[in-house]
Parts: sequence; structure tokens; C-alpha cells
Amino acid sequence: MSKAENTTQVAIIGAGPGGYPAAFLAADLGLQVTMIDPEDNPGGVCLYRGCIPSKALLHTAKVISEAKHSAHWGITYSKPKIDLDKLRDWKNQVVQKLVGGLGILSRQRKVVYIQGRATFLDSSTLEIKKADGTTEKLKFEYAVIATGSRPAQIPTFPNDSPHLLDSTSALDLPVIPNTMLVVGGGYIGLELGTVYAALGTKVSVVEMTSGLMQEVDRDLVRVLQKSSAQNYESIMLNTKVVDIKETKKGLQVKFEGNEIEKDELIFDKVLVSVGRRPNSENLGLENTKVQIDKKGFIEIDGQRRTSDPNIFAIGDVAGEPMLAHKATHEGRVVAQVLAGKNRVFEPNAIPAVVFTDPEIAWCGLTETEAKEKNIKVKVARFPWGASGRATTLNRNDGVTKLIIDPQTQRVLGMGIVGSGAGELIAEGVLAIEMSALASDIELTIHAHPTLSETVMESAEVYYGLSTHMYKPKREK
Amino acid sequence: MTIEYKLPDLGEDIETGDVIGVFVSAGDKVAEDQPLLEIETDKAAIEIPAPAAGIIKEVHVKEGDTIKVGQLLVTIEDGAGNATDQELKKASTEIAESEDEEIEKLAEKEVEEEMDADPEPKVNENIDSKIVDEPLELFPDKEKPSPVLKEGKGQQIASDKAELVSNKKVPASPSVRRLARELGVDINLVSGSGPGGRLSQQDVRDYAPGKEPKSISEKQTLDPTKIKRQELEGTSETDKWGEIERTPMSKVRRLTAERLTEAWTAPHVTQYDKADITELEKLRKEFGQEVAKAGGKLTMTSIILKVIASALKVFPQFNASVDMGNGEILYKKYYNIGVAVDTDRGLLVPVIKNVNKKNITKLSVELTKLSEKARNKKISVDELQGGTFTISNLGGLGGTYFSPVLNAPEVAILGISRSAVEPVYIDGDFKPRLMLPLSLSYDHRLIDGADAVRFLRWVIEALEEPFKLPLEG
Repeated sequence: MSKAENTTQVAIIGAGPGGYPAAFLAADLGLQVTMIDPEDNPGGVCLYRGCIPSKALLHTAKVISEAKHSAHWGITYSKPKIDLDKLRDWKNQVVQKLVGGLGILSRQRKVVYIQGRATFLDSSTLEIKKADGTTEKLKFEYAVIATGSRPAQIPTFPNDSPHLLDSTSALDLPVIPNTMLVVGGGYIGLELGTVYAALGTKVSVVEMTSGLMQEVDRDLVRVLQKSSAQNYESIMLNTKVVDIKETKKGLQVKFEGNEIEKDELIFDKVLVSVGRRPNSENLGLENTKVQIDKKGFIEIDGQRRTSDPNIFAIGDVAGEPMLAHKATHEGRVVAQVLAGKNRVFEPNAIPAVVFTDPEIAWCGLTETEAKEKNIKVKVARFPWGASGRATTLNRNDGVTKLIIDPQTQRVLGMGIVGSGAGELIAEGVLAIEMSALASDIELTIHAHPTLSETVMESAEVYYGLSTHMYKPKREK
Repeated sequence: MTIEYKLPDLGEDIETGDVIGVFVSAGDKVAEDQPLLEIETDKAAIEIPAPAAGIIKEVHVKEGDTIKVGQLLVTIEDGAGNATDQELKKASTEIAESEDEEIEKLAEKEVEEEMDADPEPKVNENIDSKIVDEPLELFPDKEKPSPVLKEGKGQQIASDKAELVSNKKVPASPSVRRLARELGVDINLVSGSGPGGRLSQQDVRDYAPGKEPKSISEKQTLDPTKIKRQELEGTSETDKWGEIERTPMSKVRRLTAERLTEAWTAPHVTQYDKADITELEKLRKEFGQEVAKAGGKLTMTSIILKVIASALKVFPQFNASVDMGNGEILYKKYYNIGVAVDTDRGLLVPVIKNVNKKNITKLSVELTKLSEKARNKKISVDELQGGTFTISNLGGLGGTYFSPVLNAPEVAILGISRSAVEPVYIDGDFKPRLMLPLSLSYDHRLIDGADAVRFLRWVIEALEEPFKLPLEG
């Protein structure tokens, strides 16, 4: 039965990469904070079932693939032996180390952490079903909804089948299947596909539209597609999965499309990665003034305030892009707003990274977006074939490009495909936030020999004066 | 129907203003013309009335914001199906109940008006004392305006703006954008001095002179009301003789100071004289009723307005300005006369246009309206501009003579003091006559002493013998 009502100044629902930074900063600013999450430690999907475990596995995939490639350089390893239990343990250790650390940081800040699920009874009360089976009411002055998102399902698929995976179950590494179909050519499917391919699975990808990762500039995707083609059994574009049946041999998948060779194939596992849905249901939001849009996202203003003035929402549940670092920044904005500071979420660039091999990263304006919105830009591309560092890595499969406003020479966007693109993109984000001109980047000395030089050289390309790429400026 | 009410055109050259008061918040019912906001521009403080009756859905600006013409102010749910007629009526009568002003007592302060001028301090006091009592209570009661919320409401505009910013991509680094937000500067309006138009912190500071961000201690951070209170009260400090208080100048005060300093560069001379208004006063009382029916008050100021307009025609150099740069004199062919009005936010000078084309009744009505508007902060910038001569009547307060300072670029100003019955020697006898002291300050660069005497004598004779007006004026 419910105990006496507790109170808190700030209640944070969900302890993922949006919730816990918000809780920590709010506590650091002197507010009394309670954080509620079903897990025993903060971390959320990102740490438990997303970014972190997938990157741990991708790292092992990279080691495997590099060992394989080293044969070209005269170093040959025997075929790797994979101890799946040990690999899974290691991945779990990585997760536990990080979430455990967050638990300590949370206690050090005197954030009250309740393991359980919260629902709104009204605009100032939560009911929490705690992990120990008890129920508690919590009165709050302000609440922050940071409940994140979950993998979207296709209702006609046999979702109960142990052979049908989503990103969560795929990260559990149940087995290394012989064959796997990835449904959906977005970044989650491609990242996990990379992992399983490296472990030895024959991976096929099926995508309904005409290309992988539709939100990314085509020139970047082309490099990935070309470079990773040998990792995949097949990539089926413009193809629809119309049916999946469970058979003794595996999952029998029926395709529809003009470009397919066979309209029926059998796979050991099928990984469904067709996007993520915001967790805005079952929160009791109907008992508050919080509004939800058609896609299920909570409606918010620039301060991340919902239509209920005491309730804020951040992260995946509050809209695209569904990225952990966006949620973190939002969480920090909200914490400061609650502490009475004049803050608004107003980034000029949010980086996005796809941890495939090679990686793709971009920020700010994309070429595609510029075209759609009819924004006049100039694009300066530097192919990694001309990069010394890329050559030493045997990774010339890359491109760095800057999207520049020809009038002011301001850097409006950056896109990179290539090994380590995820680390390189930070320079582009800073350049955009600082309103840097192409000449600022051109005049900044970059260390040799590093991949970061490709950023400087693409700025040089803009002026037609790149050291390593001879391409005289066109006369007008 | 929802009305997205944007800041209307405020008159010539005015593009931005500072919000110095927000009178409504989301959920409030408002009547048409009920004041929503008060905005201070370079030229005047203006109240922005509601365009229609309804319910305020959202207020997009907050005190301290610099807003520009066309910027979204409030969202009003029109039709007001929920607001009862009574409530709306009540709201509108409250506005209509502006008291009739004694024009001759221009200088007298309206205490009641001062009270309703700014409800903010009262609210703040409440919150403040609460915080003093319960220092750990960071959030005030829900019923009272929460400081956090209040900030937030205002910032919802900022949020819209934020999207705008990211579309337009103002060339400013995150720290510069944050500074602008803290200073209440709309970063879209600042022009950058750096390469590619990039904004520096200095650019933002230069745009908002004197608006240094408060150095925020932890305590203050959690207690925005306190900062507010300090702003209102000023800060205490001591010099070697004792305690002093330092308060920032209001915008009106600062502009008044700047403009008078500028005007002072003209060589001033003041000519003093007295008019016998015994007969005129009788006429004023006799015709007062009729003018009152027209909705105005027949005052000595409105009569003098008419007389001055005629005098300016006879003495065109008093209706002129000096262009020293080109060595030229600009004679104005229109006769717009400003009347100084003392308001609780400082001296304002509404201008009555084309005085020469209006009769005294009309002038009385207009003067009554304009000075009310000036006091109620409803005066538009347009109504404060375009003057060619100024009248300042301090007679309501007393005094014999004073030396008014020119209202540049005008070249003459007439000061009026309190009339008094004095013994005047007429035809071998001392007679009790009502005498009105007049002080005419003029710009000696353009006007010689003899002309000033002639001008003032002409005015006095017209007051003493009204027939002079149709005869000569």
C-alpha cells in the first residue's frame, strides 16, 4: 500500500543520458533531486542496451577485421576463435563499470535514486511502482520526463519468435548465427550488422527505400557501401519484407520488389531495426496538461517545457534527433532553467555518428538539406586518397567535406566518411558553433600525420589551394 | 480564433523597444485596449493595448527583453467565450476611469496612477519576504508568480527565436549567444564586427550599453526575485561622508539628460514679463462650460497655445531651427507646439500638430487627451515628435519665474508660472489685477534680444486684448 507522501523539488523520470546529466547538474546547482528509473543504476538505454554495448562489440569487430586485412601487409593471423560467453561477459563488464560509476556519482551528489516506474497522477504528483513491489507517491515542484525510446516493431512479424531480434536482444549476443537478415538500412541495423558480420555471420540487409541511411548525404553513403559491400552477403534496396514465417530451418522471409533475385529466403535470425518509438505511453500524461504529437513525441518549447508549465521533457521522448548527446545537452539546459537561469536549447550543430566501418559522421547543414531548402552553398571535398595518414592506415576509403556559405565563407556543415570519422567531426561542430570561416580552418595548423589534416585540406580545397590535391580554382 | 499579436509599428524610425512591464500572463482575461505591456523606446514609454478581448494564451516576451516591430508579443484566444461579459466590462471600465486632468496643474503627480503604474514591486515584496523567512524554500507558492516560471514564460519567445536563430545561423559563438540572452539583447539585431559578420562579446555589450550581466552568486542564481529587487532599489554603498545609494537612470531620465545637455550648447537668454489676464480669466470662466461639453478643459495653456501659433506666424524666426553645419536657417511652415507634461516616469512633451488650424476648443480637447495619454503611458512616439515650439507651464506648482531650457532643435520655449492678483497702477490708481508671469528662453544664435522682447510683448498684448489675434495673427 502507499506510504506517506514524499516530496522533491525536481523529479526526473528516466536515468538515461538525458535524465542523469539533468539530475546531476540540478543537484550541483543546489536543487533537491529525485531520479526514477527501472534499472538499478543510472545509464538508460544508451549504457545498458545501446551506444555503449554496441560500441564495445564494434571494437572487437574492428580488431577482427583489421587482423584479417593485415594479411595484405604481410602479417597473417590464424582464423579467430570466438568465445561468445567471454565476449558477452566483457561487454557486460564495460556496461557495469560505467553504470556503477554513475551510481556513485549520483550518491555523491545526494540525488535520491528510486528504482521503479513512475506515472503521473496529476501535474504535481507521481506514483512510483518500486522494484521491491511497494508503491509510493511523490509530490514534485518540477518534473523532467526523460523516458527515452524503444525499438519500433512491425506488428505483422512474429515478434515472439526467439529468432526475431531487435537491437536489444541482438546486443545480448545469444548465438553467432550463420545467416542474418537486417530489416532496415538505418544506422542501428548497419552497426549491428557490422558486428555480426565480423563475428562470421553472413549478413544481408533489406531496405525499403532506394538507399541506406536516407538522412545522410549520398556521397558519404556511397563510400561506405562500396567499402563494406564485401562484408555483406547482399544489400537489397527498394525491397519490402512482406512476410516472415517461422519454420524448422529458420525464419522464412518473403520479399517484394523489382530488383530482387529470389522472393523468398531463409535466415537463422532476422534483426528488425526500423526505427525507434518515443516512450510517451503509460506515463499517466493524460492526468497532466502535457501534449503529445502525432508521432508520440512530447511537445516542448525552446526550454524543453511541455504544455504543463511544471513539467519538462528531454531526449528521445521529446523529439528528433534521437541522440544521446542531444538529450544530455537538453538535460543540462533544463537543470539550469529550473535553477532560475535564462537558458534555451539553441545549438547550431548537433553531430551524428554512424559507427559502421568506415564510420560516417556529419553535423550542421548537409548537402541534401541545402538542396532541399534551396540554400546556396559551396562544397569542398577532400578525398582521403590524398591523405598520408589514411594511406599509412591502408584506409584511403574516406572523404572529408565542408559545406560553406559562399557569401561569408562561413562553415555551415561538415560531413566525413572514413575510419575515425566520429572523432574528427568534433572539429566541425566547434567550427560551426564558433561561426568559423573556411579560412579559419585553413589557417589553423593541424598535426601531421593525422586524419585531422583532411579537415584543413578540405578548407584549402575551398580556396583551390590544397597542398595535396591539385585542383585549380575555376575561372568565372 | 487565435490572435498572434505582434509588436505594431510604433512610428517613424522606431524599430525596437525594451519591455519594462508585462501586465498580463497566460490565462488572464483581457478587454479590448487593456494594456498588455509597457515598452520603452528611445523616445517614449508606450503601453501596448490588447487588440481585442479574449484570453491570453501565451505571453512571448518578458521584462527586460529588447523587442522589435513585428515580433510576436502574445497569443490571444479571441472570442473569449469563457470570459463573462461582466468581467470584460469590469476590465474595460477600469481603463476608462482615467481621471480628468487639470491641465494647469500639469506638474501635479497623480498618486493613484502611480500606484497602478507597476504592480511588480508589490509582488516582489511578497516573494522576497517569503524567501527571507524560509531561506530553504527555493520555489515560491504556486499561487504567486513563480520566478522560475516567470522567466520561463518570457523565454518561450526565446525558444521560438532559438529556432529562428538556428535557421538564420547568427554568426556568434555559444558563449556570445548566451551573453546576449543574459543581457536581454536580441542577437538577431546585433551586427558583428568580426570576419563574416561574426559577433564578439563586445559587439553584444556595445549594443546594450550599461546592461552588464549581474554577477551571479549561487544564492542569487536561485533567487531571481532578489536580483529584481536590487535593480529597483539600487545598491547601497558608502563614501567617506556616509551612506549613499546608487540606482540606474531610467531610459526617460537618461534621454532627458542627454537631450538637455545637447540643447544647452545653444546660447540661452531668457526674457521675463507679465501679462494682465484679469479680463481673459473672466472669459475663460465664462466659456469653460462650453468647452467642457466638447470634452476638453479650457485652460490658460490652451489659450496661450493659440496665441503662440499666431505669434509664430508674425515672428517666423521663432518657428525655426539652426543648421550650423551648413550655415543655414530652417524656417518651419507648420506650427506644432509641444506642451511639457510631468509624468511619473519623467518629463514628456506631447506635441499638438497644426495649432494654427485649430480653434481653442479643439486645442483644449486635444491637450486634455494628449496629457492624459502621456501620463497613462499610452502616448505614441508620433505624438511626441515634430514640435516647433514648446510651452512649459509650472504655474500649478507655484513660483514666479524660471528659465526654461530649449527643446532642441527648437529655438524658443515659453515658461508659464503661477498667476497672482497684484496692485497695478492704472490711471492714477492701484487696481487689483491678475498677473501671469511669463519667461521666454530663446536661442541667441538666431534671435536677438530686441526680437524676443517684441515677441513676448506681442503675446502679452494678445492675452490682454484678444482682438489682436484676428486682427494681426
